[in-house]
Amino acid sequence: MRILTLIAKRLAWFVPTAAGLIAIVFFISRVIPSDPVALLAGETATKAQIAALRAKLGLDRPLLVQLFDYYRNLLHGDLGTSLFTTRPVADDLFARLPATFELTLVAMIIAVLVGIPLGVISALRRNTALDHALRIMTVAGLAMASFWLALILQLVFAMDLGWLPLQGRITGFPPKAITGFMLIDAVLSGRLDRLGNALAHLCLPALTLAIPALATVVRFTRAGVLDTLQKPFVTYQTAIGIPRAVVVWKYVLRNALTSTITQIGLLFGILLAGAVVIETVFQWPGIGAYAYEAIVQSDYAGVMGFTVYAGGVFMVVNLIVDLVHELIDPRGGRA
Amino acid sequence: MTGEALLEVQDLKISFSTERGIARVLDGVNLTMRPGAIMGLVGESGSGKTTLARAILGILPSNASYDGGSVRFAGQDILAMDPTAFDRDIKGRRIAFVPQDPYGSFNPLFRIGDQIMELMKWKSPIRDANTGSLGALLTHYPRKRRQADREAALAMLAEVQIPQPERAFKKLPEEFSGGQRQRLLIAMAMMTKPDLIIADEPTTALDVTIQAQILKLLKRLAKDRNVSVLMTTHDMGTAYEICDDITVMYAGQEVETAPIGPFFANPQHPYTARLLDSLPKPGAEIREIGGEIPSLLKAPSGCRFHPRCHQATVECSAARPGITGSEHVVRCFHPLRQAAEVRS
Amino acid sequence: MSGLAYALRKIIQDRSALLGLILVGLVVLAAIFAPLISTHPDAVWDMNPKLRLLPPSSNWLLGTDRMGADIYSRVIYGARITLMIAVIAVGASMLVGVPIGLIAGWRGSWLGEILMRVSDVFLAVPQIVLAIAIAQTLGPSIENVILALSITYWPWFTRLVYAEVKALKNETFIEAAIALGVAPWRIVLLHVLPNVASPIIVRASIGMGFTILTAASLGFLGLGAPPPAPEWGRMIAESREFLPQSWWYALAPGVAIFIVVMGFNLLGDGLRDILDPRIRRSHDR
Repeated sequence: MRILTLIAKRLAWFVPTAAGLIAIVFFISRVIPSDPVALLAGETATKAQIAALRAKLGLDRPLLVQLFDYYRNLLHGDLGTSLFTTRPVADDLFARLPATFELTLVAMIIAVLVGIPLGVISALRRNTALDHALRIMTVAGLAMASFWLALILQLVFAMDLGWLPLQGRITGFPPKAITGFMLIDAVLSGRLDRLGNALAHLCLPALTLAIPALATVVRFTRAGVLDTLQKPFVTYQTAIGIPRAVVVWKYVLRNALTSTITQIGLLFGILLAGAVVIETVFQWPGIGAYAYEAIVQSDYAGVMGFTVYAGGVFMVVNLIVDLVHELIDPRGGRA
Repeated sequence: MTGEALLEVQDLKISFSTERGIARVLDGVNLTMRPGAIMGLVGESGSGKTTLARAILGILPSNASYDGGSVRFAGQDILAMDPTAFDRDIKGRRIAFVPQDPYGSFNPLFRIGDQIMELMKWKSPIRDANTGSLGALLTHYPRKRRQADREAALAMLAEVQIPQPERAFKKLPEEFSGGQRQRLLIAMAMMTKPDLIIADEPTTALDVTIQAQILKLLKRLAKDRNVSVLMTTHDMGTAYEICDDITVMYAGQEVETAPIGPFFANPQHPYTARLLDSLPKPGAEIREIGGEIPSLLKAPSGCRFHPRCHQATVECSAARPGITGSEHVVRCFHPLRQAAEVRS
Repeated sequence: MSGLAYALRKIIQDRSALLGLILVGLVVLAAIFAPLISTHPDAVWDMNPKLRLLPPSSNWLLGTDRMGADIYSRVIYGARITLMIAVIAVGASMLVGVPIGLIAGWRGSWLGEILMRVSDVFLAVPQIVLAIAIAQTLGPSIENVILALSITYWPWFTRLVYAEVKALKNETFIEAAIALGVAPWRIVLLHVLPNVASPIIVRASIGMGFTILTAASLGFLGLGAPPPAPEWGRMIAESREFLPQSWWYALAPGVAIFIVVMGFNLLGDGLRDILDPRIRRSHDR
């Protein structure tokens, strides 16, 4: 029941937020000085032809009318048609979703699986050489520009050492598309060579995304564990002889993770909403690269569709974070 | 075991390094506990009573250092013992603990039953090959023992008057009142069938009306099971209510130890006498102890109470007094022999 | 000003905060004294095709770029652009975000609700996404980058101030002031604002690092200062086609970004420990 209320509350929050977001981006995108219709119609088009095309696309009507049309279509799951790919934006986004999802998921798995233990160990060994080293790495990981990190990784591992491919998602023929997730498709169709190839392509972009995420996870886990270690229940459990490993990894960690989970969710949302820069650098055919192209080409529908998608992703991620919180912290009284 | 002490602390010295210097929190403390007795460790805050309790449990903070002395439990020097073996075989099993803060001592995110069963998993009185520590997270909890432990735990909850133990097991800590949580903590201390329970100010955090109930419960359970209890408290009334013996601590040292009768009838150490005088009595003015508790960073020489003591003479500042008396032990050069008359 | 002296003394005591202060100080000095420090101040904007893509040497400390300009000098001058963008953007965000947060937190009711909902809208997508959209719409220029960053960063200040003010309203001294009939604007300016100053300063320092990274990303995507301005993000983007041969081209501006962002982050963390021990609250959840 509580979970249903939670979902309802999130949805109630989402509708006005999404509507506002759409309105903001709508007006921003319509201020664009260049005229995509003229571009679309081609250089030889006459004024009349351009006007006709504009009318056909519905771009000649008052902005508010267009905005409300957009809202209405959105309710039917229609995000409009991209001016440049000439395909429905929803289809474009849907086709690109697996690529972004695969990349994000791998990066986050690395960040979480490595980051949480490192954060705990760093807290337990507070002020030792290990802790200092980890803290320096954490600070460094958060201070690098991601595109620069990407470039350096490409420079070292792809260009210089030649161990990993420079960019793209796969070379040669991709495995038969079943789920859209390259790794899963390769396994499902029994193409282990394709799996290796896809994994190799995934390495650098995933690492680039994972490093700052990892730094964040380590940082928050460390702070959470240090905070929890001060709590009287830790002293009590120690005093009654519960083994240290159990106290730390089972009891302290659960308390410590409440703040880390929020951060993981935030990171997940940011990456899923499109690692715009990184996908562009690695020519990764995901949502972020799509968004960048749409923005650069003044593709109204594409930009709008992406915005709706990003807002939706943020909502879903927030909802999942709330649900995970609910699992970790069964107390009812939380805000 | 009769006659032999269950717990014997000898000349224990513990200091804390702080930003402002080294604080000698325990400076040669002695304490002897008879099996089955309830000993009250009484002192003002800063007297070192909690540090003594924690030193026995081996849970001192990291800035504490051990400077000498011994703690013998059932004949074994537990400070000299391998810490792993102490944690495994004695802590929680033979020496149990009732903490000060019933509100903070349960992890708020875990159900009461899970936290109780965690204790039983490691410290159940049913002995089997549960060794702990390494790979502790993966250690298996045999189903049969788990079942038996659970029954025992539930029975214990009933005994401390927690209503509907089965349902209580599924509840979160926040669903219990402070008094109920303290009952749960007492139950947990009794569950593993220890020889000694260390209770650190077990009722300080509770309402006065509930304090008496909790104390009675602790006393009844301890007497029924012949468990010794070492209870720290700053409150003479609390000590009077349940203790068999009392040891008074002042500034990191014990000053007087006696069975409860002689102790209240005839306190011999000037500090004790004035501590008792400072309790409110009908028709009498409250008399404060003049002066201040000394700083442990720079403790007074000799008897630490001498700067505040009316009886003090030159020798008091020269050396720490030795022990006088056998049943009623006092460390003072000028014990109050006719204290009863002096006080009236 | 004893508060400032206190903070400064504490920073010097804390090794990592001190390192942060030093790094930020170095970059600020580099920006101020760029003409003196740079070895080829005249070769920052010039084109010298003959000197194209020279590796680092005693003359060209960090090598030369595709135009034959001295990368070292360009990176030094780039500090001016970077700091200017970040300072103005964070300052503008503060000027917009703090008053809105004060009003929303103090007034509460429907007005506060609406203001917070509006700021939520801006936080519903990653900052970089909105910033790219705005910067692209307005066209590539430093002013537009600043505008894009300000428009997308102010809600962070609003949220922070809102939460702090709401908590403060229940403090005894504020309730006392209300009960005494002190004018609301006086309470807000004289009692509330000084008490939320610390978290604002901390947020601003961390925001500087964050904003510099976003600004560099915009530059990298070609949405920042137009060439030949020595903008670090754009320099890195330019270097891509000359990799791996001209590795130095990509290295220097990235290290510069790293140093300044790390400086602000360390300083921000240090300030947080010093000024605002309560800030943990926000992580508690």
